[in-house]
Amino acid sequence: MENSGTEVLRQGAEARVYKTEVSGNPAIAKQRFSKKYRHPDLDRKLTRGRLNQEARSLKRCLESGIRVPKVIRTDKDTATLYIEFIEGPTLKEWIFDNTDEDKEKELMSAVGKILYQMHSNSIIHGDLTTSNLIVDKQGEIVLIDFGLSQISAMVEDKAVDLYVLERAFISTHPESERLFAAVLQAYESQDPAATAATMRRLEDVRQRGRKRDMTG
Amino acid sequence: MASSSPKTIIALGLEGSANKLGVGIVKHIYPSGIPADTELVPEVVELANVRDTYNPPAGEGFLPRDVAAHHRSVIIPLLHQAFAEAQITHKDLDCICYTKGPGMGAPLQSVALVARTISQLWGIPLVGVNHCVGHIEMGRAITGAQNPVVLYVSGGNTQVIAYSQQTYRIFGETLDIAIGNCLDRFARVLRLPNDPSPGYNIEQYAKRGSKFIELPYTVKGMDVSFSGILSFIEKLAKTEPEKYTPEDLCYSLQENMFAMLVEITERAMAHIGSNEVLVVGGVGCNVRLQEMMGQMAEERGGKVFATDMRYCIDNGIMIAQAGALAFARGFTTAIDDSWITQRFRTDQVHVEWRT
Repeated sequence: MENSGTEVLRQGAEARVYKTEVSGNPAIAKQRFSKKYRHPDLDRKLTRGRLNQEARSLKRCLESGIRVPKVIRTDKDTATLYIEFIEGPTLKEWIFDNTDEDKEKELMSAVGKILYQMHSNSIIHGDLTTSNLIVDKQGEIVLIDFGLSQISAMVEDKAVDLYVLERAFISTHPESERLFAAVLQAYESQDPAATAATMRRLEDVRQRGRKRDMTG
Repeated sequence: MASSSPKTIIALGLEGSANKLGVGIVKHIYPSGIPADTELVPEVVELANVRDTYNPPAGEGFLPRDVAAHHRSVIIPLLHQAFAEAQITHKDLDCICYTKGPGMGAPLQSVALVARTISQLWGIPLVGVNHCVGHIEMGRAITGAQNPVVLYVSGGNTQVIAYSQQTYRIFGETLDIAIGNCLDRFARVLRLPNDPSPGYNIEQYAKRGSKFIELPYTVKGMDVSFSGILSFIEKLAKTEPEKYTPEDLCYSLQENMFAMLVEITERAMAHIGSNEVLVVGGVGCNVRLQEMMGQMAEERGGKVFATDMRYCIDNGIMIAQAGALAFARGFTTAIDDSWITQRFRTDQVHVEWRT
């Protein structure tokens, strides 16, 4: 790392996240590492592809007025992405600490809105969880971790994106049903006509799981 | 309250949710009685675990009615064999465990019928067991893994599971077809034999492959999708057979799909902060998958636990294992409730024997 005073914030499944400084401003360096278990060709494709895709999607979000960290630069040699540091708890931490139900409803509605904005700009996040949403100092939702993102306007992709978030809520939060319902309601109410197809598909995607004949 | 005198439970397990019929007998020993409020960790003694597999001809899959006919024809001889191996009689049994689901309807039904009959004939209580939970409990018992992230991979299932609050929660799963289903169907395209299993034959072909062919790689959060890969590789195999050898296709298919599985498993491990991974289900026998999982676990300073064909592939003792644990907590299934269900999710089971 080129800057002094870096500290490892988080070691995820495929990247180390450091807190660092770039030109005197606090920044995040996200370095992807190679995985020995996978074929070198596949590893290169995924590491490079995700590094580039993350930067591209972040830029596209910024251009569309969606709150995400600003991209500082991409270092291809070390597979490191430098982005703005956003201070604040993850939504997961926020939910566990919060006791005010009105505030919670407000925040879930903000999540629904930002997801709608993102999808209406054909950005699919690909890894929506309550750990990939930050509540910043102003109490606004900031989306992070676009490594699995893609550009798509397809209803199927949007529905699966929402389904992944729903599953994350269910496996992490005790009152997931109420929370996710508030997110969906806000998402849908942004434009009931435009989101109708996505909502119908979401129901299909859910049924696929439940109806699957799990032989063997 | 807990008693302090030793307690023993002998359970019979009947499994027939897919093309294998398994009969197993397990003995659980609690040297100081069944504890009232701690996790049940009995001493496990395997008394019998016998199995018979129905294999359709190469290029074909199995049909429910043929599988059910197979199960009906072999279950009585297998029961006799299991009792002979265990050197016990039905009078020694405490409970009869059978697979309630998930699985194929007709085969499940054919086995449940036998379970119900012998339960009434011998006056021994029934215990309906979730097939997936059977795999998990057997894997834990055999490997000694404490609180692993479980990758359950078979012909009908692809799930990343972790235990929390008396539930085996599903963190990730396939969005369409199961990995084993994808492998089986591709084996049919190549007309590989179904004996001993299509997946085993793909594994042998893959060992001789060397050229990596790029295939779709679809991971969404902790979920995966395989149907696009299957269509893609089927097309390659059918339209350009001179360009790609079956060995290279099998090799690339395995490398690609297993990398997806390892990735979502690692994501779940990072998510819940566990360093252990347990691989169960028929595809879990695949040595290359175990090796890749091992490399990932090693990089995280953790460990992979896997079992061999006796326990990975569907078997009777895993049903006895999970059933005996539930039975120790007082769970039985009344005759009126002894139906079967094709859809029975892993997270629907109340895991009363853990804390």
